[in-house]
Amino acid sequence: MSKQHITATVNGDEVEFLCDTRETLLDCLRDHAGIMGVKEGCGTGDCGACSVTLDGRLVCSCLVLGVEADGAEIGTVEGIAEGEKLHPLQRKFIEHAALQCGICTPGILVAAKNLLEKNPDPTETEIRYWLAGNLCRCTGYDKIVRAVMDAAAEMREAS
Amino acid sequence: MNYHRPTSFEQASTIAGASDGTIRFLAGGTDVLVQLRADILTPDDLIDIKHIPGVKDISRTDDGGWRLGVAVSGAEMTEHAELSAEWPGLVEGMDLIGSTQVQGRATLAGNLCNGSPAADSVPGMIAAGCTATVTGPNGSREVPVEEIPTGPGKTVLAKGELISAITIPARGANGGDAYLRFIPRTEMDIAVVGCAVNLRLDGDTIAQARVALGAVAPTARLVAECADAIIGTTLDDATLDGLAHAASAACSPIDDKRGTIEFRTHVAGVLAKRAAKIAYDRAKGASA
Ligand code: FES
Ligand code: FES
Repeated sequence: MSKQHITATVNGDEVEFLCDTRETLLDCLRDHAGIMGVKEGCGTGDCGACSVTLDGRLVCSCLVLGVEADGAEIGTVEGIAEGEKLHPLQRKFIEHAALQCGICTPGILVAAKNLLEKNPDPTETEIRYWLAGNLCRCTGYDKIVRAVMDAAAEMREAS
Repeated sequence: MNYHRPTSFEQASTIAGASDGTIRFLAGGTDVLVQLRADILTPDDLIDIKHIPGVKDISRTDDGGWRLGVAVSGAEMTEHAELSAEWPGLVEGMDLIGSTQVQGRATLAGNLCNGSPAADSVPGMIAAGCTATVTGPNGSREVPVEEIPTGPGKTVLAKGELISAITIPARGANGGDAYLRFIPRTEMDIAVVGCAVNLRLDGDTIAQARVALGAVAPTARLVAECADAIIGTTLDDATLDGLAHAASAACSPIDDKRGTIEFRTHVAGVLAKRAAKIAYDRAKGASA
């Protein structure tokens, strides 16, 4: 079948691309829309590096087809900072050294932000379960969890 | 691969019936896309059923049960307070599948049609007495969930047929359900054994019960002997031993790296006891 014309909103901006029906949203974002913050780890839904929000829901973009995203609103790590101003999660990840190689980080930031929107005051256990689908081979997770808790506390104070 | 976006189940059925290649229906895609990516299966026709009206709805049936659209995700079920309060076991079974990201897409009907004997949502649906609406070229019919899978990766669905809704019966008074599974880690794994119990009390006595086992046979199974072992009792220790015995006797599992035949058979009995106690307490009013 010929390529399909897809229009979606990515981080608030309208994006158009042509995609083959077999291409995943992950491939489309990276190869056709130039959104390089979405990372590919496993490609089969196990690692969470490709996490994005699709109409507000946290999903693995490797388990979504590009054609399914027509008309959808997609959120990636590129939409988290406001211009030059980092999101509290991003600042706290730097402060707590919650990343080393960084390949898991965009997915974890998108997942953590989605959690805090639903639950501004999560327990450590809730954070660990929520992020269970985001694998990190470098940090050992503790620093990530502490960074998320610290960011959540700061955001609660600010609101 | 042709991608289709029907706007009715009849249309979806017609597309599937007319295809002379392999077809797959796409709801959450958490199994289909993995198969596609791993080059296990590339359908000739992929039929996305998420644009059919009503597929995202969780609604009350006239008799006080629930009707779930086939694209309702696990996360949407867990977030539904009333559904979770009435059927905590069924909802927990679904919630145990995969990560937060997978929960955002995975569906009950998809878990059922994927046909895995270890599917976590299926024992809970069977114990609850759920039915699947099967729509095909000759119209629609209601099929008990336990009759849908016929073996690993296989279902009764004929060419051109698909599930168009899942119906949960009315909870009614003094009822409770529970699902437990054994996995060697705390999260994100496939059940080695799963067991769901659903029961209704008359005073302290169990008046009705349904018990289903997963991952211990080629399909998830409704085990009448387990229900018979607890009906008419107050779930005393001797009854629980009888239940465990009936559950173990119903197993015909495989030996694999996740569990031996002996282990699975034993654990089925242990989980049946524990799940029955939780369901009993819930029927007595304990909240989930
Ligand atoms: S790349 Fe999508 S989950 Fe690993
Ligand atoms: S920082 Fe390297 S995988 Fe997480």
